[in-house]
Amino acid sequence: MTDFLLEATGVAKSYGAVAALRDASLGVRPGEVHALMGANGAGKSTFVKILTGAVRPDRGTITLRGRERGMHSPDEARRTGLIPVYQEPSLVPDLDVLANLSLTRTPVAPFRGWVEDLGVHGLDLRTPARELPLAVLRVLDLARALAVEPDVLLLDEMTAALPADLTEHVMNAIRHQREAGRSVIFISHRMIEIAAICDRATVLRDGETVGVLDVTKGTEDQIVTLMLGPVATEPAATRTRPPVTPETLTGPGAPRLSVRGLVAGAKLQDVSFDLHAGEVLGIVALEGQGQDELFDVLAGAARPAAGELRVDGRPVRFGHPADAIRAGLVFVPANRAQALLMQRSVRENIALPFSAPLAGWGPIDVTGERRRINDAVGRLQIDTRAQSEVRRLSGGNQQKVTIARWVAGGVRTLLCFDPTRGIDIRTKREIYELLRELAAAGAAVLLYTSELEEIPLACDRVVVIFGGRVVDEMPAAGADEPTLLRAAYGLPPGALTPEEVVAEAVAIEEAEASPAAGGDGAVGEPREAVREPAPPAGSRA
Amino acid sequence: MLLIAVLWIVEPGLRNPIWASGVIRFAVPLAILAACQTLTMLTGGIDLSVAAVASMAAYIMATQTPAQGPVVAVALGLAATALAGLVNGIGVGVFRVHPLIMTLGMSLIVLGLMTVYQLQMVTSGSIIPESVAWLGGGTSFGFFTNSLLVFVPLAALIVFSLRRVGFGRLLYAVGDNEIAARLSGVRVWQVLVTLYVISGLLAGLAGIIYGAVTRTASVTLVERFLLPSVAAAVIGGTSIFGGRGGYSGTIVGALILTVLTSLLTVLQMPEPVRQILFGAIILVVAAAYTRITDES
Repeated sequence: MTDFLLEATGVAKSYGAVAALRDASLGVRPGEVHALMGANGAGKSTFVKILTGAVRPDRGTITLRGRERGMHSPDEARRTGLIPVYQEPSLVPDLDVLANLSLTRTPVAPFRGWVEDLGVHGLDLRTPARELPLAVLRVLDLARALAVEPDVLLLDEMTAALPADLTEHVMNAIRHQREAGRSVIFISHRMIEIAAICDRATVLRDGETVGVLDVTKGTEDQIVTLMLGPVATEPAATRTRPPVTPETLTGPGAPRLSVRGLVAGAKLQDVSFDLHAGEVLGIVALEGQGQDELFDVLAGAARPAAGELRVDGRPVRFGHPADAIRAGLVFVPANRAQALLMQRSVRENIALPFSAPLAGWGPIDVTGERRRINDAVGRLQIDTRAQSEVRRLSGGNQQKVTIARWVAGGVRTLLCFDPTRGIDIRTKREIYELLRELAAAGAAVLLYTSELEEIPLACDRVVVIFGGRVVDEMPAAGADEPTLLRAAYGLPPGALTPEEVVAEAVAIEEAEASPAAGGDGAVGEPREAVREPAPPAGSRA
Repeated sequence: MLLIAVLWIVEPGLRNPIWASGVIRFAVPLAILAACQTLTMLTGGIDLSVAAVASMAAYIMATQTPAQGPVVAVALGLAATALAGLVNGIGVGVFRVHPLIMTLGMSLIVLGLMTVYQLQMVTSGSIIPESVAWLGGGTSFGFFTNSLLVFVPLAALIVFSLRRVGFGRLLYAVGDNEIAARLSGVRVWQVLVTLYVISGLLAGLAGIIYGAVTRTASVTLVERFLLPSVAAAVIGGTSIFGGRGGYSGTIVGALILTVLTSLLTVLQMPEPVRQILFGAIILVVAAAYTRITDES
């Protein structure tokens, strides 16, 4: 018998040739708040889906109270006592709160009690869910989960973009759960919450559990380093170009784009920065920190709630992407399906912006168009063998087409949102080189990328956004992955030197990799022996 | 083309210029109505008000001719269709009403308005002006259908516009991926409003020509062309989901359907049988052609 309430061992899952999870394990004790950590692509979301029964694993076992969970469906997971709460509200918008409760057979009285405890007063249960504000919906999701007294509560980014007072209520509910001897699996990008509430943390990397550690002061850095893995120490700044500094750029005249106090949607709280002609400015942020909203506003696809935009010193307002384009701001979205006419030719895709304004509705200058398109195709080295329909191109080539569209027209300010997502390494390099060339030719480039190791390669300067605010700014040349990731998690730079942490992490891995002498419960045991138990979370909150 | 060949073999009596010019006379208004469907379907829409709008144009023209003379009467008819198209376009483009609902609703409104108008105009009588009748329904030299004088340049213009004119490209762009079009700076509502006005005008033109062919005018004159106009575009390879297709295929589609109707009439089948056969053949041909055009 193990002393774990919920235990997953050797869980693996592949989608086609891609192994999302190779060997993930997790042991949650009764009365414990357990953090599940992992960088983007570590397999965290797949692991969560398997734990909640939404996805069936290829290998591995999941036991609850020592009994193996055979069937795999969300309902099965529910009945065995594991209840998830996600970042996105899960109430059916058209039903009122009561009807939503009966969908999941949730008892009403405890639900009502929890709603009060979580700080939402005077809720009418007959209100249709669609009329409730987002923050309240999140609270209701949590109350609905708590009302059935689950053995294991899984909170997946539950606190993202939740107002501070409600977050505190959520923390209290978690503590209550712990005191009642039940467990919580807590997933959050906010290190400060991890430190405040969690007892232990399991870290995933590349689909494997690479470490289980007690959460105490200072473990944040260890967690970050574990998520990164052994740092490849190849020098990042191998390119030979003169360093571009804000000082050399500001020179005469206003910045190309100046953003002040921008607020938009639920996530973008307050962002200010300048983007100069001739530079590539990187935006670094974890998922969902407001960067999507930022780019939508800059591209004219969404309107800001507050804040000011200036292009070349003149204030601008964008009501439509056409306004942004006229001001010289052009947008390359991450999702190519959003940017391309999949059934049309490469040529029509690249030429699209020329026809967009009313002045372009007339007859097309065919020779001029062909020349400009051939230029752009040549410059980006687009493979045009399948050019009659863009959907037949490879992902990398499709992305090149979305960029070529703007290069063909002579770009002034290019907004690239994760342009290299899911494309091969060679094309990635080509795209970064192109961005550098464009900047060298006087364009201003704003680049968000989820691949931190590419930042020093492509950018001059980096702005870090966390919780919808700019938390840091640094030159890209010295910004290695650990520094950036630490900044992205809102941590102060360099508490432990990376080498130390890596050494420690490797030691943990070795301890785990050694034959599991202690049986099922061996994972993580060596660490706990030498660590003092976490102090009550309340004292550090 | 294969179908026409088959029909010619089955019914050798049809192989003469008079039959051909008769077919073309009816095919021209259908092909123009089908142009409305082709253009709107390229954007992922449809225009189900074409039949009502076309009838309206013919009826207004015929009833206004006695008082106003032919030129003003035709202009009035077309102005009314442009107005109907504008309302369609605003509904679809600005208020984002689904084109199916918007244009179907519009066709009811037009029909209702025309019934009221009809009661007002009972006494005035209706005349198809001679010039219009010659151009729309007449033949020269015994075989040349005069309406081709209108249709050939019009068809050439549409085919050319879809390939080499910015507005034509935008129709494909909006139908293929509206978000991408928007992000590229296309103000989609402008495109849609313009499109439905054009569609209304084309429908009006088709109605006037058809009125000239039949030498009659009534508020439900063109009603029976509604389904064939959609079918002609689909048979011609235009995707109802938008982004794919073109007008040359639609012209072939309109010809096929007209030949079919003509054949069924020549074979002297009873009306219900004719309807059943017509419906079934449209379905089969549409399925077959969609497959063929998909593979090419």
